[in-house]
Amino acid sequence: MRWGVAVFPGSNCDQDCFYVVRDILGEQVRYVWYEETDLRDLDCLILPGGFSYGDYLRAGAIARFSPVMEALVDFAEKGGLVIGICNGFQILLEAGLLPGAMLRNKNIHFICKYVYLRVENTHTPFTNLFKEGQVVRIPIAHNEGNYYIEDEGLLELKNDKQILFRYSDKEGRLTPEFNPNGAKDFIAGIISKEGNVLGMMPHPERASEKILNSQDGLLVFKSIVNWFKRC
Amino acid sequence: MLTEEIYRGLGLSSEEYQKILKLLGREPTLTELAMFSVEWSEHCGYPRSRAYLKLLPKKGKFKPLVGEDAGGIILEDLAIVFKMESHNHPSYVEPKQGAATGVGGIIRDIFTTGARPVALLDSLRFGQLANLYNRYLFRGVVDGIQSYGNCVGVPTVGGEVYFDPSYNGNCLVNVMCVGIAPKDKLMRAQAKGEGNLIIYAGASTGRDGIGGCSILASKEFKENEEKRPTVQIGDPFTEKCLIEATLEAVATQGVIGIKDMGAAGLTCASSEMASAGDAGVEIDLDLVPRREEGMSAWEVMMSESQERMLLCVKKEKAKEIIDIYRKWGLNCVIIGKVIKTKEVIVKEKGQIVAKLKAKDLTSAPLYNMAYQEPECLKEINKLDIDSLPLPEDFNQVMLKLLSSENLCSRNWVYEQYDHMVQTNTVLLPGLGSAVLRIKGKNKALALTTDCNSVYCYLDPFVGTQIAVSEACRNLVSVGAEPAGVTDCLNFGNPEKPDRYWYFKNCIEGLISACKFFNIPVVSGNVSFYNESPQAVIKPTPTIGMVGIIKDLKFIRTPFFKKEGDLIVLLGETLPELGGSEYLKEIHNQVRGKPPALDLNKELSLQKAVLTAIEKGLISSCVDCSEGGISLALFEGCVTGKEIKGAFIDNLEFNLREDFLLFSESTARAIISLSKNNLSEIEKIAKKYGVPLRVIGRVIKEPKLVILKNNFALIDLDLEKAFRLWRKSLESLITA
Repeated sequence: MRWGVAVFPGSNCDQDCFYVVRDILGEQVRYVWYEETDLRDLDCLILPGGFSYGDYLRAGAIARFSPVMEALVDFAEKGGLVIGICNGFQILLEAGLLPGAMLRNKNIHFICKYVYLRVENTHTPFTNLFKEGQVVRIPIAHNEGNYYIEDEGLLELKNDKQILFRYSDKEGRLTPEFNPNGAKDFIAGIISKEGNVLGMMPHPERASEKILNSQDGLLVFKSIVNWFKRC
Repeated sequence: MLTEEIYRGLGLSSEEYQKILKLLGREPTLTELAMFSVEWSEHCGYPRSRAYLKLLPKKGKFKPLVGEDAGGIILEDLAIVFKMESHNHPSYVEPKQGAATGVGGIIRDIFTTGARPVALLDSLRFGQLANLYNRYLFRGVVDGIQSYGNCVGVPTVGGEVYFDPSYNGNCLVNVMCVGIAPKDKLMRAQAKGEGNLIIYAGASTGRDGIGGCSILASKEFKENEEKRPTVQIGDPFTEKCLIEATLEAVATQGVIGIKDMGAAGLTCASSEMASAGDAGVEIDLDLVPRREEGMSAWEVMMSESQERMLLCVKKEKAKEIIDIYRKWGLNCVIIGKVIKTKEVIVKEKGQIVAKLKAKDLTSAPLYNMAYQEPECLKEINKLDIDSLPLPEDFNQVMLKLLSSENLCSRNWVYEQYDHMVQTNTVLLPGLGSAVLRIKGKNKALALTTDCNSVYCYLDPFVGTQIAVSEACRNLVSVGAEPAGVTDCLNFGNPEKPDRYWYFKNCIEGLISACKFFNIPVVSGNVSFYNESPQAVIKPTPTIGMVGIIKDLKFIRTPFFKKEGDLIVLLGETLPELGGSEYLKEIHNQVRGKPPALDLNKELSLQKAVLTAIEKGLISSCVDCSEGGISLALFEGCVTGKEIKGAFIDNLEFNLREDFLLFSESTARAIISLSKNNLSEIEKIAKKYGVPLRVIGRVIKEPKLVILKNNFALIDLDLEKAFRLWRKSLESLITA
């Protein structure tokens, strides 16, 4: 299986994702410069976190016009797997590959801390090694992670089981106190209708080694490898 | 004709102007005069502190590196590069941009050495939060640090925040950056090799920050002075691109030297690179990328626009290097070349506007400053602790202390900083020292900043020694061996003898303590003139220290792990309340002498703790400092993933209760361990001559109980206390 990690000017989690895929998973991976237009050699592309173009104007709003994004649309249409993490998620929203938008965190501050997530759907390329309802610990680090979607869209997300992760407490209960950024319906991560594009605000690459206090995030990457083997 | 008004306006004295005339044998041009003024300012040339800085120890157990912009230590095949720098004056004028550009500047000092920046720490000081303007400064500074640090992708992993009335009118923002480079790829800030090219890379040059650092940091604030236009504006996005492009450029092996254009901009970069390479440079200002029209030569030379670098590159590699910067969307142009004569020649429209010997610019005058102990100090040192009323309710005392502005949790601050990017942060903020693993090695770095400025105010020599000792103790507590120091020395106006007396005594304390612990001071910064009509700051020699954890399995945390583990106090508690948080918060006094420091006892404690950690005998370790034993126990209980309780029934009450619980005696730590390991620990303590006493045990119930003769002196509900401790800072800001 071949992985790519996109690099936009201002990406800053690209090397972290690369490290997890190559050094922890032992998979083949290359960087994909934002001007590239040919992704045919890849099976999975990660849009990493960071501040693409300084997040000037609006998070992800400039990066979505990069040449690589056109190629990505084509790549996703053909069934290629895409994960947008944090700023990557914001870019996918700006590009219209996932529904909804991000507002500023409810406390109007950047928030960096470990949070609990409840896994909502395990029948996907990204979560097949989790257990339904499992509560995992993965950190967030963002200014604009307050996910918003109008009620109609939310209903669709629910009906199509597109919500993969929700912020919860340690026991998996959904309470406002444990919704760090105020996201609608506690949403932390969603997939596209077709199921091959994931956007999530928490950083699984930061929770992929025992020494970093959690290995729960590694299951996202391992699920992909597992799914790919089965196809 | 240059008038007195002009050179005085640039911050030069008439003696300095006479010296310039003598050096040149003629009148300087306006551009030349401007160049001298910034290079000879306190910020760049250290004329009032250099004599002492030379005396700082440069040797230690780990091989030191002392460079032009940042120093470091060698760890096997790696260079660990680090430096701390102040951005006090700009932050007071404009807190958000002042702090942000402080972060940007210190990061550039690290990656100009060829090292990738891996961590930031911030040591911050403000006047008390009851004052609304101090809240504005505090919020603004934190906002500046988060906006720049988070975007640039360097984790902010630690630091400290203190509040004291002496910082009314002068906040302190000291930023430390740590980087890692392969030791054979280290760069110097030099220009040499006739015919090699001088390249300008990064943001374009504007009028922002003209005289910003150099002039702002070289005089004290007067009432109603308009300073805003001299503060620079930071762009972390450009800096992030600059980091990546510069590290790629260094990898081409075509770079001879690099320096960032920070304080004193192009003047400082060109003259210091030429001076370091024992060569000369010629630059053409018409080639410098500009963002404003109509800038005169002296303005271009003085501009402190951010995110700009000057490189000296091999001629044949220039195109390759320029292409790298342009790939990252950055300006990159050849603006000059290295010349044989050891001069800095600046041209504009074909005319020479400055022609100076590089060494003249970088040889700032050296002043012998008068010093004298402040008259009031003897009186302030007097303290009769026996006359202090004994508190009736120790629970209340505890709650007051742990919700006080200096002792409450800093989570409101550090949760706004991305402290995990780069995925090396093993110990998250709030646990004493920060710990970062080194990818590809079974080793980790431990980082801390420390300074108790109240102690330094009461006794500058001992206070600074305590700052060094405490930094060592913090590193040892997480399993690290102290390896290197960077310092940031913040004081008032050095032209006033009592202020200079503090500087002299602090630095002498620093020198002696670092020599004693065998730790080199590899880099640093001096910030004078931190005073205003409102106040002069307490002397604040901030210590940044880096330690090495030799094996990842040695990493220790402060929090109690297991029910039934023994809680042990190492070291001796003396009736020392001078300068303590207890004295200040409960008895409203800031006086006395700081706790006594016996460096030998301190070293013995550190050796005993590190030995026990490396033998795997200790479950947790927290040092006793501000707030004494009681606050150390509280930290042991609440800083883990879940709260543990402590049942303390065996303290030796040979002192008055409050002395015992809140004294800030040095050379102490609280450890927890399994019963089975007690006899081994006792042997180690005995070997190093460290007093040891089992004082209690870890319990499941979230309570902190301290008994005296079966009477509960303290019986604290930790869940409530924890919430209070965590929410206090936010409440203080919003109250």
